[in-house]
Amino acid sequence: MPDAIPARLAEIIEEFQFCEGREKLELLVQYAESLPPLPDWLIQKRDAMAQVPECMTPVFIQAESKDGRFVFHFDVPAESPMVRGFASVMKQGLDGATAEPVLQVPHDFFLAMGLDSVLTHQRLNGLSAILAHMKQLAVQMMGA
Amino acid sequence: MTAKYAHPEYLVETGWVAEHLNDPSLRLAESDEDPLLYEIGHIPGAVKVDWFTTLQHPVKRDFITKTEFEQLGSQLGISNNTTVIFYGDKSNWFACYALWLFQYYGHQNVRIMNGGRAKWEKENRHFTKEVPTYAKAAYTAKEPDASIRAFRDDVFTHVRLKKALVDVRSPKEFSGELLHMPNYPQEGATRGGHIPGAVSIPWSQAVLEADSTFKPAEELKLLYERQNISPEKDIIAYCRIGERSSHTWFVLKYLLGYPNVRNYDGSWTEWGNLVGAPIEK
Repeated sequence: MPDAIPARLAEIIEEFQFCEGREKLELLVQYAESLPPLPDWLIQKRDAMAQVPECMTPVFIQAESKDGRFVFHFDVPAESPMVRGFASVMKQGLDGATAEPVLQVPHDFFLAMGLDSVLTHQRLNGLSAILAHMKQLAVQMMGA
Repeated sequence: MTAKYAHPEYLVETGWVAEHLNDPSLRLAESDEDPLLYEIGHIPGAVKVDWFTTLQHPVKRDFITKTEFEQLGSQLGISNNTTVIFYGDKSNWFACYALWLFQYYGHQNVRIMNGGRAKWEKENRHFTKEVPTYAKAAYTAKEPDASIRAFRDDVFTHVRLKKALVDVRSPKEFSGELLHMPNYPQEGATRGGHIPGAVSIPWSQAVLEADSTFKPAEELKLLYERQNISPEKDIIAYCRIGERSSHTWFVLKYLLGYPNVRNYDGSWTEWGNLVGAPIEK
């Protein structure tokens, strides 16, 4: 595992590496089911967001910075557990990290989790886009 | 007098499914866009048929072979006489896609559960995480049925002869305004637009928003016929990867009874990347 990956995220990646096939999906289900709902103060903001059109999962990500450490909030519909699972991995893996390690997470780190065996490349691109968006938020907040 | 679906036997309702969960002549199969939904919970007794990991060839862009399809049927406890009922998320896109592939390999006894997963859930019906196991069945597939699948050369011929093409994507994909989805880069093709001569009839116009069930026969008839997609035509439907167009294929073929409808599964991700292929915007 490259040094750049925050310890908690590295642990999660390892957890996935130990699982094969269906077990990987079951693990992702556990993450999906543990994704916390949006905090109240964000719910109103969520409704004002434009939805990503047809065929795509509307994902909403918000970052908070507390003493230079990030907390990410996700809103992903219940009917998209795969995206929820991934969001939950990202949240658990990167909450509490400072900007630099967030920005250094390799854009394809999930390949190490073996998710390419159960997900299409298009799906993986979607996951990559979520990470890219989180990095963007981190950059914006550093500049703010 | 209300018009009826041409082949209503290809549709079953959620209530009927609930009453037939233990019928050994049936096999429920869940096919979703989201690959985790089945694991989150599925209809008791249902097997998972993932459009990607189950039905696609592991290396090249194509479906599993006839032999692999036979192994699949056997593993899922599906014999040649089993009636397979498909259901899934997204108004049954991938359920229709899986049904189409089963028909491609000659499995005739197939159904769609009207309204799909969302309706089952809305009606507070039971979901389980328990994955069923079935005794292996003897299964023999037929040679692929070319009459329901179009390849790119068929589409070129269709364009040349000005035959009927239905683009079932969203209006912005049809116009070429949308090349790839926001947040989902590289998902589309290098060029936007549609196949010359295609009419735009988004798949979603065939379902009721309230519960994802298919619209009544007369509404469907009007929807397609007013765009000159009529029963005597030789029709090819396409979308981006062939899943939404399987949905329209199912509507035209079984709900309206059109005899000549093919699904172009290469769809826009093939056409929009083909060097020299004609495109209209």
